[in-house]
Amino acid sequence: MTPQLGIFFVLAALSVLGALSLIFQKHPIHSALSLIVVMVSLAGLYLLLGAEFVAAVQIIVYGGAIMVLFVLVIMLLNAGAEEHTNISKLAGIAGIPLTVALAGFIAAAIARSGETVQAAAQTGAVSSTRDISTMLFKDFVYPFELTSFLILVAILGAIVLAQREK
Amino acid sequence: MSVFLSTNAILIITLVKIALLLFIVLTVNAYLTWFERKVVAHIQSRWGPHRVGPHGLLQPLADGLKFLFKEDPTPAGVDKFVYFLAPLLSLAVALTSIAVIPFGPAPIRLFGHDIYLGIADLNMGILALFAITSLGVYGIALAGWSSNSKYPLLGGLRSSAQMISYELALTMSVVGVLLLAGTFNLREIIDAQANAHGLFGWQGIFSWNIFSGPFPQIVGFLCFFIAAVAETNRVPFDLPEAESELVAGFHTEYASFKFAMFFIAEYTSMITVSCLCSILFFGGWLSPFPATPTWAFTHYLPSVLLIPFGLWVIWDGMRYETILGRLILPGIGTAIAAVGAAFVYFPAVNEFIQGPFWLLSKIFVFLFVYVWMRGTLPRFRYDQLMNVGWKLLLPASIANVVITAFAILKWGAR
Amino acid sequence: MTMIPTNYYLVLSAILFGLGVIAFVFKRNIITIFMSIELMLNAVNLAFVAFSQAMGKLDGQVFVLFVIVVAAAEATVGLGIIILIARNRESLNVERVDLLKL
Repeated sequence: MTPQLGIFFVLAALSVLGALSLIFQKHPIHSALSLIVVMVSLAGLYLLLGAEFVAAVQIIVYGGAIMVLFVLVIMLLNAGAEEHTNISKLAGIAGIPLTVALAGFIAAAIARSGETVQAAAQTGAVSSTRDISTMLFKDFVYPFELTSFLILVAILGAIVLAQREK
Repeated sequence: MSVFLSTNAILIITLVKIALLLFIVLTVNAYLTWFERKVVAHIQSRWGPHRVGPHGLLQPLADGLKFLFKEDPTPAGVDKFVYFLAPLLSLAVALTSIAVIPFGPAPIRLFGHDIYLGIADLNMGILALFAITSLGVYGIALAGWSSNSKYPLLGGLRSSAQMISYELALTMSVVGVLLLAGTFNLREIIDAQANAHGLFGWQGIFSWNIFSGPFPQIVGFLCFFIAAVAETNRVPFDLPEAESELVAGFHTEYASFKFAMFFIAEYTSMITVSCLCSILFFGGWLSPFPATPTWAFTHYLPSVLLIPFGLWVIWDGMRYETILGRLILPGIGTAIAAVGAAFVYFPAVNEFIQGPFWLLSKIFVFLFVYVWMRGTLPRFRYDQLMNVGWKLLLPASIANVVITAFAILKWGAR
Repeated sequence: MTMIPTNYYLVLSAILFGLGVIAFVFKRNIITIFMSIELMLNAVNLAFVAFSQAMGKLDGQVFVLFVIVVAAAEATVGLGIIILIARNRESLNVERVDLLKL
């Protein structure tokens, strides 16, 4: 058990625990905190994969901006704990085992696929930000400009939605 | 035993460095509160703490004991988990951000290992620092919400909105420095300033990022400093925790030790911001004098400062009548003067101490500016605050990036 | 330095995706359902980065940046809509938002 494998299992367990906690918590703020735990542990996994820029962007954007938005909205709307309504018990009894079977089937298919995906990088190299930016501005410049346009539209949409009725 | 030590040497060295740095940072925090109270008091024409120990130097100790022994009530109706988590989160985030800061250029050679001053020398140092500080919003937002009371809720909401607004200007204002240095690594940013072509070809102070290069980063520094003051919720941006407006803002319902954790987190982020300002814009551990042999006499500056200070402490101790004043102060003064003299007699140690000395003095200057602003400036109203963040700082920092990029294209980064 | 097999990352991604689907189907609070969408997006991001490292190319990581940006835009507009719904119907229970009529 090398240190990398140990760190991988710790981070993977942390992310799965966070996801389970998202499902089982009653108050949405606790679910939000669990999701933050998932995102930070995923950032750790990206660091383990050598993607340091993506890890930093994950924490800054996802963990530091998007989840802050969620937490602020939960605080503003004064969301309380979830109430119990008459959900069909049949859906619960049939649904959860089916979903677990789906995820397990996908996972087993991947795990059994063996050596079809070989690790090409032998030394655990860290990808440099310079290469990512070159690729972003040369090969992917068209999606990049479209995405910036999308962000502008989203900002305008949010401002329009937040206006009070005149 | 020695085999265990040598195979895990890096781990043990890092653990010792972490423990030492934590101890130093917490002590500096405590004496920063003393320093702030003294300076703000002198600005307001009064003495500040001067009863507890000579010159009030034991005041932080008294404050610490008070925080430990005060009653710690938990208000009714709070969300217990989040109420206990919020100050922990603030403190953890603030203390973790000190890990990426390098404190000196040269390594110490001990037991056959090169020990660099600074816990982690990351290749994405600045990015990691921003990632860690962006998580600091949660401590305040969750503290405000979990207190189950309207003043903390308002304070928490306002403070988190303020922090995420100024985060943008903070990160954009640093991009100019990153363009000039070409790397995220803090050590290499300082090295790039050392090799920089200074203004009019002069070296030394003119090769620092704020004065040098194709475009001096003055606008960048101003945007960074203002945005950082807003990020750390200090005056003039401390409306969310202002006493006259919001009772005490987001930490109203927090008593002794949890309040102390918020306090420590705030002062630690002040220290981190001062470190970053001096590293990114003011040359880090570089001396303001050029590094040529004609200026070699400036290497005695630490001794020139320490020896008279030590002698003054000895003289000051003689005036007291208590044991603390009569014995301990002259003892401390003798120690300081002896350290200053040791630098004169051991040139190797003197060379080693130059880097950390300049970095620490720059950090001290920035901390003094922080405290100075606290003593003199009134605070912004909330809408004025948001206006400054979005309509003034963000366009200014973006303009700084664009102009720096053009200047680098035309004249080259170095 | 031994590499961790890519399959481990993909299995973790599948598990997280499955948990996101479970949360999406079974939770009743609109905001929690939205958060489960973010969880699913994160699981997919992990698969992208794992493949990017396995193939030695950087396309996966660039695509992850786009996914993060699009998720941010979607979260912004989605939360704006949620705030409006919550104001109009005074409930965050998704079972009360199933008719166009208030």
